[in-house]
Amino acid sequence: MLDAYHISLLTVMGISVTFALSLNLITGFCGQISLGHAAFLGIGAYGAALLSKAGLPVPLGLAAGALLAGAIGAVVGLTSLRVRHDFLAITTMGVGFLFLGIVRQQDALGGEMGVSGFPGTGLDKEGFMVLVLAVAAATAAFSLYLKKSWLGFAFDAVAEDEDTARLLGVDVARFKLAAFAMGCAIAGLAGGLYAHNVRFIDPDSFGFVESITVLSMVVIGGIGSVWGVIVAAAGLSVLPLWIQFIEDYKLLIYGGLLFAVMRFSPGGLAGAVAAVARRGRTEP
Amino acid sequence: MLYVELFLQGLIQGSIYALVAVGLTLVYGLLRILHIAHAGLFTLGGYIGVLVTDATGSLALALLVAAVTVGLLGMALYRVCYEPILNKPPFVALIASIGLFIAMEEIYRIVFGPYGLSYQAPPLQDSVVLWGMHLTQAELAVMGGGVVVIAVLALLAEKTRAGTAWKATVTDPQMAQSFGIDTVRVRYLNFFIGSALAACAGVMVALMNNLVEPTMGSVPSYKALAIIVLGGLGDVRGTLIAALALGVIEAFGTIYLGDLMDRDAIAFAFLIVVLMIRPQGLLGRKA
Repeated sequence: MLDAYHISLLTVMGISVTFALSLNLITGFCGQISLGHAAFLGIGAYGAALLSKAGLPVPLGLAAGALLAGAIGAVVGLTSLRVRHDFLAITTMGVGFLFLGIVRQQDALGGEMGVSGFPGTGLDKEGFMVLVLAVAAATAAFSLYLKKSWLGFAFDAVAEDEDTARLLGVDVARFKLAAFAMGCAIAGLAGGLYAHNVRFIDPDSFGFVESITVLSMVVIGGIGSVWGVIVAAAGLSVLPLWIQFIEDYKLLIYGGLLFAVMRFSPGGLAGAVAAVARRGRTEP
Repeated sequence: MLYVELFLQGLIQGSIYALVAVGLTLVYGLLRILHIAHAGLFTLGGYIGVLVTDATGSLALALLVAAVTVGLLGMALYRVCYEPILNKPPFVALIASIGLFIAMEEIYRIVFGPYGLSYQAPPLQDSVVLWGMHLTQAELAVMGGGVVVIAVLALLAEKTRAGTAWKATVTDPQMAQSFGIDTVRVRYLNFFIGSALAACAGVMVALMNNLVEPTMGSVPSYKALAIIVLGGLGDVRGTLIAALALGVIEAFGTIYLGDLMDRDAIAFAFLIVVLMIRPQGLLGRKA
């Protein structure tokens, strides 16, 4: 059987994969960039932690956290109807800072000290790992299904060229909001799982660096590619745990990778694989 | 009294934002790149400032060395990092730039250590009394210097051939090129000036706080992004006004909204509110 170390490794991996796939829904499928996605991880985490501390059963807390994140995500999605591209990137970044700034000053939300001492799930480490991996697998399956569904095609149209899509009668606003609501709700669920895994949350766990980290998972995997994002999220989340000496250089490696991928292969892992496959086919 | 003090503090902070943001808006105006790594150059300017001042005792020399070195580095950054990805979708350059910025901060941490450097004998620390308030010379220099530098820049853009070439390239690169303007040189000049200004801002901030840290660029960098968006991306005058306004709003906001959210959140709340009402920025024209 698995030892405790590998169980915690797989748990972290599963949460990261879920979180990265949730951003992939918004940025990959629907083409709306977000530089503040960690805020929704945070909303889910705070929701789940505080509600279970208030005595609500854990599954209800998790669901409520996810719903809250999805609802706030839809509100934030409203901004994407007003501003696009670079402006949207800055606005969502602002949302991230707004979340942190508000949580930090509210004693009811634990302030700088964070929240701890909330009841656990009642599952042992192994059981919790199975739960996390099941959620990750369900998210992956949902993503793959979505990609092939009519909703996925509509997202594609919005991502590709929203003016043309609007001209063709696609209700761009509704699909953008749907993408934000779904993506943020899943991020909130990942956040709830994160809170129950670490058993302690504070504002610093959901800052700009986390937003960039999850964006780098999506970008390095290949924006919009479900498999690419899974591989990148799984790899990047355990890289620092796996090779201890990386921990100190973790950010340097993230930053360097992010830059190198954009500079040399903007399609990410998925793009690179596709390019290699194409080259293989065209050779005699 | 409190109001005057808050207002002046806001203007000082705003001048720093302005120095950082002008370079950013120059780059955006020309290339449509959100050049986040700009703040990494600002930090490098701070480090060079402290090292040169400590070695030679001259702040003027430190400013010159920082401006020239960082300016050249900015040009190199454009050539190596941005030029090859100019034709890709906008998020490509944005994300590459964020990656670059994170990597730069980490390099400073590894090279100069995590705790930062201070001036051995910080210059310009004597205090000056202005309207009954004590300000250091460094703070006055930042406020005056920021406004003067940007005014001179605006004047150069209006009155000189290089300025005309720059404006032409911003308006329509292809047309400018067919009129014989060397648009590549304009871009290099653009990066040189923007980066040199950021370096000067870095030196002055290091002086005001008497500290340079690897992460000193983070907050100005995100704020500067908010500012150039507020100023109507690529507009130097709008950027100056937005920077000063944000400095003042933050100063007052921390007093009146401090219980609700922290300083950074106030800046971004203001940004979001403005963008929802005027998506083109405070002074931007309708696209």
